[in-house]
Amino acid sequence: MVSFYGTPVASRLMLGTAQYPSPKVLSEAFRRSGAGIATVSVRREAAAGEGADFWALVRKLGVRLLPNTAGCHSAREAVTTARMARELFSTDWIKLEVIGHADTLQPDPWGLVEAAAILCAEGFKVFPYTTEDLVLAERLLDAGCEVLMPWGAPIGTGLGLANRYGLRALRAQFPDVPLVVDAGLGRPSQAAEAMEMGYDAVLLNTAVAKADDPAAMAEGFARAVEAGRLGFEAGAMEPRDMAAPSTPLIGKAFLA
Amino acid sequence: MTQDIIGGGVMGLAMAAELTARGRQVRVIDRQHGAGPHHCSWWAGGMLAPDCEGETAEEPVVRLGREAADWWQAQGAQVMRRGTLVVALGRDRAELDRFARRVPGRLLDANAVAALEPDLAGRFGRGLHVETEAHLDPRATLSGLRERLVERGVTFETGEGRVMGPAIDCRGLAARDVLADLRGVRGEMLVLRAPELALTRPIRLLHPRYPLYVVPRGGGIYMLGATQIESAGRGPATVRAALELLSAAYALHPAFAEAEILEIGADARPAFPDNLPRIRRRGGIIHVNGLFRHGFLLAPSMARMAADWICDGIKPEVCDEDHG
Repeated sequence: MVSFYGTPVASRLMLGTAQYPSPKVLSEAFRRSGAGIATVSVRREAAAGEGADFWALVRKLGVRLLPNTAGCHSAREAVTTARMARELFSTDWIKLEVIGHADTLQPDPWGLVEAAAILCAEGFKVFPYTTEDLVLAERLLDAGCEVLMPWGAPIGTGLGLANRYGLRALRAQFPDVPLVVDAGLGRPSQAAEAMEMGYDAVLLNTAVAKADDPAAMAEGFARAVEAGRLGFEAGAMEPRDMAAPSTPLIGKAFLA
Repeated sequence: MTQDIIGGGVMGLAMAAELTARGRQVRVIDRQHGAGPHHCSWWAGGMLAPDCEGETAEEPVVRLGREAADWWQAQGAQVMRRGTLVVALGRDRAELDRFARRVPGRLLDANAVAALEPDLAGRFGRGLHVETEAHLDPRATLSGLRERLVERGVTFETGEGRVMGPAIDCRGLAARDVLADLRGVRGEMLVLRAPELALTRPIRLLHPRYPLYVVPRGGGIYMLGATQIESAGRGPATVRAALELLSAAYALHPAFAEAEILEIGADARPAFPDNLPRIRRRGGIIHVNGLFRHGFLLAPSMARMAADWICDGIKPEVCDEDHG
């Protein structure tokens, strides 16, 4: 079973809670997928006054909540949002997002490390949304993070694993750090691929929430995550050029 | 016997109209006098767009919503039947494909878009025209219907607090005091005057992050909406919401940059967890609520079903609780 900060989680699929047609569809997606963690956005709802009704519905999902700092563009904003999230959801888990580029929503590496250091020092269990950059990963671990969440592709694009080499290198570099591919996944096969590469979990939102049938898509992702993980654990064969028939030719009437 | 209706927003007024049409004596009790900003329908877009809403809403919304345009017209409202035009900016073309897969309409090329809305000529290579849809001006419609009801003998009273006797509760989000599963979904809107632009039908600009609709009110006035935030907050619109809506409008047509901002508003819509409306009977009170972002679209059918129940004993399909 995968663990984050010492807490085992039953499923390697994490789902976001935004953009679903209704809270009911959201809860069906969780039920059918068995997703173990739900991320929840704090900033916008809280800024507008009262998000309590929706949060109550999210709590009813009965899964572990991972509040995020989505929409924050500076370390300071992110730190404030994280502190607010800790009060609102009574958890020290925080998915840390510090956006550096408005168009691609690419993380701001400097702001991310700065915020991570502050929050880790305050006892938060930080899940940083990062790129596949190895040096940045190292800095985040130095800051006290025990989990990394590299992007597959920019948020909401559904492009899948845009930099396979980078993600492979990250996995190889940090074999003992729980790594979660976060963002950019559009299809179950892409989630399976991330899991086959040895990633510990995947996190996605748009691909499920905006599907024609979100609950069915959530289940599709859940199965893909399981398939990919089994493929990793089972030790996949290496591709080779020479054909090797699985049934021996000897004894077959191949000369007939 | 006088039938009491609590709440004088779109649902309360539609309810009063249906019961009056069936010969009932009706009294409407509202928080404040007149149709106004205390009603969330005051902030509505007024699109009667069941098919477009069906992109995310479930089947009952689409089916029940089809009654709306005829019903409002029969109440004397000025219903514009020019359909909805759906467009997407260059790099979001896939959004239009996705939308067209779910919503039936006529796919347009650049010339057809220009023929439909000449001011959008050259701006969009493709579009989707959902021809059967309509729109109206919510504030004129609410005020007009109210006057009409007064003419027909409906009395309006101002009052707070709980009504003890038999009543129809059409209070919207205020009914959270008794309907525990009702939640608020905040929306923010702007009203602009852009006399240089002559758009004649609701335009939906699809965007993965900042979807926008623009509803013409006539005379160069346009309503821009609307955000959808999981919050019951009814406070002023945020800068972020205004920026998003205005940027999207500017992307739709740069002439919006010269428009005057007449109004920025915000309110919270009442919704149940599946975002579908409900009729509930508890003791002497019938609750008609949860119209979400479909107030003008669903109030007619909700009023019809509730009146069928009250007058003829026909249980509504959207009834999920009946403790007479």
